[in-house]
Amino acid sequence: MQHYSGFGLLKHSFSHHENWQRVWRNPTPKKKYDVIIVGGGGHGLATAYYLAKEFGVTNVAVIEKGFLGGGNTARNTTIVRSNYLWDEAAHLYEHAMKLWEGLSQDLNYNVMFSQRGCLNLGHTLQDMRDIERRVNANRLNGIDGEVLDAQQVQEIVPVLDCSDRARYPVMGASWQPRAGVARHDAVAWGFARGADAHGVDLIQQTEVEDLIIEDGTVVGVRTARYGEIRADKVGCVVAGNSSVLAKMGGFELPLESHPLQALVSEPIKPILDTVVMSNQVHGYASQSDKGDLVIGAGIDGYTGYGQRGSYSTIEHTIQAIVEMFPVFSRVRMNRQWGGIVDTCPDACPIISETPVKNLFFNCGWGTGGFKATPGSGHVFAASLAKGEMHPLAKPFSMFRFHNGALVDEHGAAGVAH
Amino acid sequence: MFHIYCPHCCEYREEEEFHASGQAHISRPLDPDACTDKEWGEFMYFRANPRGIHHELWVHGAGCRKYFNITRHTQTYEILEVYKVGEKPSIVANEAK
Repeated sequence: MQHYSGFGLLKHSFSHHENWQRVWRNPTPKKKYDVIIVGGGGHGLATAYYLAKEFGVTNVAVIEKGFLGGGNTARNTTIVRSNYLWDEAAHLYEHAMKLWEGLSQDLNYNVMFSQRGCLNLGHTLQDMRDIERRVNANRLNGIDGEVLDAQQVQEIVPVLDCSDRARYPVMGASWQPRAGVARHDAVAWGFARGADAHGVDLIQQTEVEDLIIEDGTVVGVRTARYGEIRADKVGCVVAGNSSVLAKMGGFELPLESHPLQALVSEPIKPILDTVVMSNQVHGYASQSDKGDLVIGAGIDGYTGYGQRGSYSTIEHTIQAIVEMFPVFSRVRMNRQWGGIVDTCPDACPIISETPVKNLFFNCGWGTGGFKATPGSGHVFAASLAKGEMHPLAKPFSMFRFHNGALVDEHGAAGVAH
Repeated sequence: MFHIYCPHCCEYREEEEFHASGQAHISRPLDPDACTDKEWGEFMYFRANPRGIHHELWVHGAGCRKYFNITRHTQTYEILEVYKVGEKPSIVANEAK
């Protein structure tokens, strides 16, 4: 793998940047792998990367039906935070946060991780009580967090309407300074480049049509393009399409796939240097380095695989943003899109063994999977390598919906849940 | 944006008047105490989530406030049929597997 550096940039400028090495190969798959990862999004690529780099399993293929990072990785609003209420979830997301903090160096790829902080606003007395409880729980778990009053919030975000005139006046917020945003595409590309350098085969434009199961054990996948590809273990990281793959395995998951929409405005001068979320008014916004406001809110209420939603949902989103930021009322929206999110009843993921032996699923991240990308990949890789779930993943078994040990994160899951 | 025919109001109305309430035709176990944890968990949390034809329960929340069922394609979003609770759908998916 070619090492990226400032010196390299200078050196390649002499040859007009025409001699850069290809970032990853485009191989034809082998007949057999140790591990097949289905799904080449951020989580799948991170899994492959950590499998090869940390756990020494290099005979790995990532099979992707479209192109790398073309699903929810390309469609999210790039927020990274770890201020979750319950210990199980907080540990998992904080594990991811710690990996984020060294990720650009680790990958030798700039993922533009910017720890600009995240505010979760409170507009009612109950909001503020919940915020205090969550911040205290965070601090006991070693996660940074502060409770701010309205005046402190106003100092951080001058353009936010913190006045009494607001329809839902801001009473305060929780503040996680280490939270922030990252460049979503770079995360996928960085992990893909790193995985490829360690010998992982990235197989694009190849849809898995069926899982090959013999005597209750998965032994490979069937694809239209390359026929059967065998493997000792199969890990499915396919977000919105998880239920479809589970059905191939002959079981159901407690998931519903919903459209989740987001939108960006025209680029404007720097005005918002942090992430602002409000569960109550129901919207959130940040500003990208390019200058556009990145805006999101809740899922569409019906299930759907169409990667698009209803106009009324966008309208509600914009109403919430204008309610919080009256100054944005004249900003025009540039683009809008939708992704398919696989939501779990308890707003926590499923990182789990399944009724089929050697078949593992990493899904159910719902509306907040991007923030967990490195952590999710790391614990899933550890689980695949050892054939036994990583301690951080154990509470997120799919069988918790049978024994009732749910991790109810609807409060901290944020706006969209 | 859906344009939904309410079988109770006998009119087409815009989606915003309605609310999707998830999978249709889920019946509560007749004897919950006799359920195993697995059976109860599946009743509570496990849902059909097909990519294709799906039967779902909707409520006309800002209209007659009554429930009814919709058969809808989850990829194309096309509404194939609307029918009242208690009726059987005439359009069902071909279960190949």
